[in-house]
Amino acid sequence: MTGFIAGLLGLRRGPWEMLASALIAIGVVMLMQPFSLWLYSYSFIVTLVGTVMFIVVSHFRE
Amino acid sequence: MTSSALTDAANKTPEGIARRIRGLSDRTIAWIFVAPTIFLLLAVNIFPLIWTIRLSFTDFRVNRPNNEVEWVGLRNYQRILSDPDVWSTMQATAHFLIWTIVLQVLIGFTLAYLINKKFKGNDLWTTIIVFPMMLSPAVVGNFWTFLYQPQIGLFNYVVAFFTGADPASFSMIGDVNLAPWAIVIADTWMWTPFVMLICLAGLRSIPDSIYEAAECDRASKWRQFWTITIPMALPFLMLAVLFRGIENFKMFDLVVQLTGGGPGNTTTLTSIDLKREAFERWRTGYSSAYAVILFVTVFGLASIYVKALNKVKER
Repeated sequence: MTGFIAGLLGLRRGPWEMLASALIAIGVVMLMQPFSLWLYSYSFIVTLVGTVMFIVVSHFRE
Repeated sequence: MTSSALTDAANKTPEGIARRIRGLSDRTIAWIFVAPTIFLLLAVNIFPLIWTIRLSFTDFRVNRPNNEVEWVGLRNYQRILSDPDVWSTMQATAHFLIWTIVLQVLIGFTLAYLINKKFKGNDLWTTIIVFPMMLSPAVVGNFWTFLYQPQIGLFNYVVAFFTGADPASFSMIGDVNLAPWAIVIADTWMWTPFVMLICLAGLRSIPDSIYEAAECDRASKWRQFWTITIPMALPFLMLAVLFRGIENFKMFDLVVQLTGGGPGNTTTLTSIDLKREAFERWRTGYSSAYAVILFVTVFGLASIYVKALNKVKER
């Protein structure tokens, strides 16, 4: 966990890509879950942030 | 190309063209070769994408080209993301997506595991199993419509044989509870062979020496399966899941042919709903926003897929 946070602070690609992937996955789950309309409403912005983050952080150094 | 062939080609080039080429740098020549492809990519992919994003902020209707187009900002997105009907469409897509992936991976991996065992007629069985994948989705949709017929459909008779129910007592594509499963079964039948092929590639990439070493260590078959087969085939399984996930998110033809999105809206997947908004209700701006939402979702999933693919390459 400490290594992960250090990677985030050091702008390393691995942890940031993991975070972006998690955001995309959470966004897709929010989009398709049957429980809350509120979660559905905010799903797109979460997925969009994750996707844009993924594009940006894929240019970070390893 | 050998150096003599290159010299021949150079000698045959007309003097006027040769003089012009000699004045160009390697980088310029490379750009000349790549330019047509880049132009096509921009014209066919990038421009429509940018245009769709632009239209998603307007109330443009393609069937009323002379109407003044109003800039509506994020209104289309707000409407889609607060519409319970679109939400239920997303849920229908999720049901379809989750169950097809679960069934296809389980059955596909089992088939791959069995096919991977050396036995007589191995290649013939592979060809027979792969056959559904080669058919057109429209043909498969039509074919399963007949199989699901309550009066004459083979599917109902097979279910009746095992359960003792009356074949005419249920309709797979006419019942709101059964129709979502009808499309899951048809898609699973069609695309399990694809998952099987990917899993088979994974299983065949495992060296025999690892199993031999495990045998020397007296590892049981069960232990070999969980500690060798599954971990080494896992990247391929993940790829299969991502491939099918992205494809099924865009599923259209098979479901339209099979159920047409009905009964009611129970099998209306997002792609079917999008097509209706765009080409039946002619709400171009709204459907552009809808398409952008689906695009971002699929693009996000594809990004994860590329990352997984790179990890597989690194192994």
